[in-house]
Amino acid sequence: MCTYTTETAPMDGSAKGPGSAWFHVTDATVYFDHPVHALADHTLNIDLADPAKGPGARVALELSATSARDLVAAIEAALATVPQDLLT
Amino acid sequence: MSDTLSARTVAIAGAEDDEIEAYLARPEGEQDAASRGGVVVIHHMPGYDRATKEMVRRFAELGYDAICPNLYHREAPGAAPDDAAAVARAQGGVPDERLVGDVEGAAAYLRALDTSNGRVAAIGHCSGGRHAVLAACHLDLQAAVDCYGAFVTGEVPPERPITNLVDQLPNLSSPLLGLFGNDDVHPSIAEVDELEQILQGQGSAYEFHRYDDAGHAFFAVDRPSYRVAAANDGWERIAAFFVTHLA
Repeated sequence: MCTYTTETAPMDGSAKGPGSAWFHVTDATVYFDHPVHALADHTLNIDLADPAKGPGARVALELSATSARDLVAAIEAALATVPQDLLT
Repeated sequence: MSDTLSARTVAIAGAEDDEIEAYLARPEGEQDAASRGGVVVIHHMPGYDRATKEMVRRFAELGYDAICPNLYHREAPGAAPDDAAAVARAQGGVPDERLVGDVEGAAAYLRALDTSNGRVAAIGHCSGGRHAVLAACHLDLQAAVDCYGAFVTGEVPPERPITNLVDQLPNLSSPLLGLFGNDDVHPSIAEVDELEQILQGQGSAYEFHRYDDAGHAFFAVDRPSYRVAAANDGWERIAAFFVTHLA
């Protein structure tokens, strides 16, 4: 099924995307739905994008639910090891 | 019957008379005027993609003028289908009212072709299945095909930006062909049962086929959900349904 649900979050960072070029990322879209490329019925999909630069300014991830949770845990673990005064 | 066909991108008037692109496939060769039915293919949420365009060409091979409007053209004109789908999703998706207008424009385009006999069907898979039923509740169509569309019936969780179509089904204007996998969760067997009971209760013409060993997206040849037996039978059911209702 198409889940129709979508989470969004503003971003401030960079991603390496189309044409191996870096670009500034302003928006993240997160949803669990049919993938375009991954061999699964549904995946956790993340689009890191700069809409101001057009639809192609996007880095797309399609992860299994397990991989997505592992990624979240890895991000949290990486942040937890950093001194608080660096996390601004 | 010739298997020669042509396919190309055209511009059509969609909802609010917005110009949007569409993919058109037509049989080629000698053809009497006003002799051919039309098929509007409604693409699924992942977009106006290669798999959907292959279906459009298949309907032309079956002898119909077929068209697929790009439902995301407004958000991302000229973009790759997956990028356009991502943009449309981030902006909230396709409103039902706009979908109806875009299908109306696509049907009008088909009916304006010199080969048209005036009879037009809508077909969609997944979200497009719900959209096909939605369109048939608001437009003058001669047939509609719902391939495992979720949220036609059943409860829609409150965070979803859509509703079910239960309150609109009394306006269903055309016979409905429904093709469903018994292993699907949305639509579940119970949700398909609910739809069938509503159609029976209101005296609508319908034909449902439910397949064992098939879940959601069993027509999708490029996905692990593909089930050859269900898909082959489903294509035969669609072809027969259109022979009956588009001739």
